[in-house]
Amino acid sequence: MLITCPYCGPRGVIEFTYQGDGNRERPDPASQNFEAWNAYVYDRLNPAGDHNEIWQHSGGCRAHLRVVRNTLTHEISSVAFVRGDHGSAARRKAEDKA
Amino acid sequence: MSPRRTDTGGRIDRLKTIRFTFDGVAYTGHAGDTLASALLAKGVTLFGRSFKYHRPRGLLTAGVEEPNALVTVLKGEVREPNIPATMVEIHDGLVAISQNRFPSLAWDVNAVNQLGGKILSAGFYYKTFMGPVIGPLKGTRFWMFCEHFIRRAAGLGSAGSAKDPARYERMNAFCDVLVVGSGPAGLMAAKAAADHGARVILADLEPRFGGSTNWSDETIDGAPAADWARRTVTQLEGRDNVRLLPRTTVWGYYDNNTLAALERVSDHKEQPAKGEPRHRYWAIRAKSVVLATGAFERPLVFPGNDRPGVMLAHAAERYANEFGVLPGERIALFTNNDSAYRAAVALKKAGAAIVAIADVRSELSAEMRKLATEAEAEIFGGHAVVATEGGKALSGIKVQRFEMVTGALTGEERSIHADCLLMSGGWSPTIHLASQAGAKAEWNAARQAFLPPKPTQQWIGAGAFTGSFSTVEAIAEGRAAGLAAAGGTGTPTALPTVEAVAGDPDPAPVCEIRAKGKSFVDFQHDVTSEDVRLAHREGFVSVEHLKRYTTLGMATDQGKSSNVPGLAIMAEALGKPIPEVGTTRFRPPFAPVSIGSLAAERFGDLRPERLTPMHDWHLANGATMYSAGLWYRPMIYGHAGETVEQAYVREARATRESAGIVDVSTLGKIAVQGPDAAVFLDRVYTNMFSTLAFGKARYGLMLREDGLAFDDGTTWRLGEQDFLMTTTTANAGKVMQHLEYFLDVIWPELKVHVTSVTDEWAGAAIGGPKARQILAACVTGTAVDNATLPFMGIVRGEIAGVPVMICRLSFSGEMAFEVYSGAGHGTRVWEALVEAGKPFGLVTYGLEALGTMRIEKGHVTGAEIDGRTTARDLHLDWMLSKKKPFIGSAMMDREGLIASDRLELVGLIALDNRPLNGGAHIVEALDEANPHGSIGHITACCYSPALGKHIALALVEGGKARHGTRAHVSDPLRNRFGPVEIVSNHFYDPEGTRMHG
Repeated sequence: MLITCPYCGPRGVIEFTYQGDGNRERPDPASQNFEAWNAYVYDRLNPAGDHNEIWQHSGGCRAHLRVVRNTLTHEISSVAFVRGDHGSAARRKAEDKA
Repeated sequence: MSPRRTDTGGRIDRLKTIRFTFDGVAYTGHAGDTLASALLAKGVTLFGRSFKYHRPRGLLTAGVEEPNALVTVLKGEVREPNIPATMVEIHDGLVAISQNRFPSLAWDVNAVNQLGGKILSAGFYYKTFMGPVIGPLKGTRFWMFCEHFIRRAAGLGSAGSAKDPARYERMNAFCDVLVVGSGPAGLMAAKAAADHGARVILADLEPRFGGSTNWSDETIDGAPAADWARRTVTQLEGRDNVRLLPRTTVWGYYDNNTLAALERVSDHKEQPAKGEPRHRYWAIRAKSVVLATGAFERPLVFPGNDRPGVMLAHAAERYANEFGVLPGERIALFTNNDSAYRAAVALKKAGAAIVAIADVRSELSAEMRKLATEAEAEIFGGHAVVATEGGKALSGIKVQRFEMVTGALTGEERSIHADCLLMSGGWSPTIHLASQAGAKAEWNAARQAFLPPKPTQQWIGAGAFTGSFSTVEAIAEGRAAGLAAAGGTGTPTALPTVEAVAGDPDPAPVCEIRAKGKSFVDFQHDVTSEDVRLAHREGFVSVEHLKRYTTLGMATDQGKSSNVPGLAIMAEALGKPIPEVGTTRFRPPFAPVSIGSLAAERFGDLRPERLTPMHDWHLANGATMYSAGLWYRPMIYGHAGETVEQAYVREARATRESAGIVDVSTLGKIAVQGPDAAVFLDRVYTNMFSTLAFGKARYGLMLREDGLAFDDGTTWRLGEQDFLMTTTTANAGKVMQHLEYFLDVIWPELKVHVTSVTDEWAGAAIGGPKARQILAACVTGTAVDNATLPFMGIVRGEIAGVPVMICRLSFSGEMAFEVYSGAGHGTRVWEALVEAGKPFGLVTYGLEALGTMRIEKGHVTGAEIDGRTTARDLHLDWMLSKKKPFIGSAMMDREGLIASDRLELVGLIALDNRPLNGGAHIVEALDEANPHGSIGHITACCYSPALGKHIALALVEGGKARHGTRAHVSDPLRNRFGPVEIVSNHFYDPEGTRMHG
């Protein structure tokens, strides 16, 4: 499986670490809504098809990526930095140089 | 009469003699021989005993699909079982032995199983060895009792237990076009793609490129096909954009056009060259793939088709033309298609007599009749072979008139004297890789074969792989595939011209002759046609169930020759057409793969090692090293004649009496920096860090999101926005990823940067009553007295001219300091500390003494923070801040995590004054005969020099409430039972007066 890291380019899956279901929504830290916490920590989708996942490029730039992967075919339809605008490749590169 | 070497011909070098042994007998062969061809040339026809019936077996094939002639190759103490003799290239000093025979190949006691043939049918073991309903051997217990004996009688070669000294390596490769198979189609594809400028890899599992050109009598461009192939390979060799991989089996087709291949780099050499691995695992990422993997010939299913001397027609052609070996002197053929007639002519030319050609078809084409005449063979049209005769070698066959439509046998049996029978049941394209790539094969009724599916990945097929069995088609399809794979379009240049005998590629739809006797479908697993029908009668209608019940196609050859015949027989039994019965999907690997190649450099001398800056000093000063993950750490610094226990007791005692120093460079260290660093740490740790003063350190605890304990360590505040976090050695990587995840995914608004600085700092912890005096003697630039350096304080100074950071914190429970310096200066600082400590009786101590002192203090490590314990379980609830939320705070108070019967950390003292063991259970009442009723287990144990007792830390139900009570240790595995007292985990100096000083 290849994941095209927006910063490093296409790389083998061996360079990445799966960091879980990308659909999880972390409740407000002070929230006492136990149902919401329970859902965040334990409830997982198990779709046969497109799945929203978080992968860390641990053997590369270490950025976290939001990856949409088809669990049946391993086809990856989109890859983006989880940080959104914080993570645009150009900006990160500029920051690294500065 | 027996097989023999021909005087001329073949691609072997008769001038080079090679010596090897098989079953202890010395043989010679020639360069270019396989073990199979070399032994066959010496008249050996018996290669092994079959899996279940111990029937004598010879060579069925000449290639990777060989099911019978499996051997074990010995290299010193190392044995590699189940290798087809057809895939072993001989070299001087090769030692091979046969398998599954006792006491010898020729005289095998279990051959008596043949007499019980009717009984040993499909499912025999399951049915027979299912025990009675009651009694000591009821149900599966009886099977488990018998299994040992059955497994010894059945089966293949046995694996050795010696450590494999060979080296394996992994290579990553990238190319535009990967061509699998180097027959005419593959060579044309590789050349076309290379000419178009593509980066090409050409892989073939054989040592010689050329595929069928190595044994066919055809000509290409006016020259023998093999010459054309050699010329083409020479052209490819000279190109920068082509990599040739002979002896390389492409065994897996994974997603994203990633293919796995095994290159047998030095198996064929007496000694590998310096630095050469035995096998190389190739992970090949190809933009596109040309599958030119050819086809496997199928056996016909008839009584006695497994007798040594019965082999596939093309295999005999190969032995004659490629290896210069005649498999017999009087050869008969049995076929349902035209391809066998080529073999007849080839063997005739090589010097054998072709005594008969039995063809199930009554109507034969004029071309085939002409070939039969050329071979001077008598044709038996509309006939079938109904029996074979002989013992360990073939002596004759019987043929009978055969009606193709009904399968009826009529007329008199006729005996024919022959020492070799060649059979051909048609061809199955080698579609394994295409099937692995993700699509279902399609049945072609005319070809009587499964043809490759429509590609679901970037591959193009060519040649026999697609069902185009002629060389003319292979050359045309190969070039087209190579060009298309390289992204080119058609070129008008002429294709090489082929001179070959035409033949009908379609066989007659006959795969089995039903006559009396055992007819084998799967040779390697001894599955007969009757077994398949029995399975059907017993209700197994799905091909998947059939496969599991009969084990058809489940041996190491994965049914390369048996798949289609097995399916055809099943389809007939079910009264359904073959496509409705379906085929199973092929899965990797295509052929057996060495485990070593998969582990490659993750194992053995290429596995990375992490060494602390003071590593060499430790070795030079008598340390016994201990591997902890990838790290190497001193375990003890033993004196002559000391046991491990004596050494650590001496080290720990000396530390508590004067001072000791230990290397703590392996602790994980993470720089946490930025305007929001303090806020971030407040969220990550259960306790407060924003209130920590500059120049102070604090012990911190992290939980996981689910509220269980995760890691602990001290974090030092070096400035307003600058923290140095330490983690346990084992969790350094995990904690780093944890922090990165929260910063990147959950709290991207926090302005914090985390950097792993584990390798940047060398650390030495010096502790004991004299520790401060030792520091005072060697530190310059700062005082180290109580006012300047209070408990948890940090100062900067110099030791031996090296800038150091000193933090006063304690793991041993003594007055202790951690001295950090730049990693490059670690040894210099360490040596200065050791030198300054000499007058004070300073000792160096290792992990054993470190562990002993931490157990005496009741500190937790990974053994207690085991992913199942909470902060409360470990009596660290004082660290859970109520003033702020933190990771895990919402989940840590769940019902099950605060229950009173949870396992809690306690201390244990052995009342019988004997050593305790990690992992031993704690029980309230001892029952040595029937251990039960565990209330917890020991996590760490030692002899405590401070207490003079054997002590342990344990996780025990109820924990604190049991302090002062007695229980028992129950350790049946090590036969250790005895009374213990449950106490607080703080054994030693619970008030901490020693470390606070």
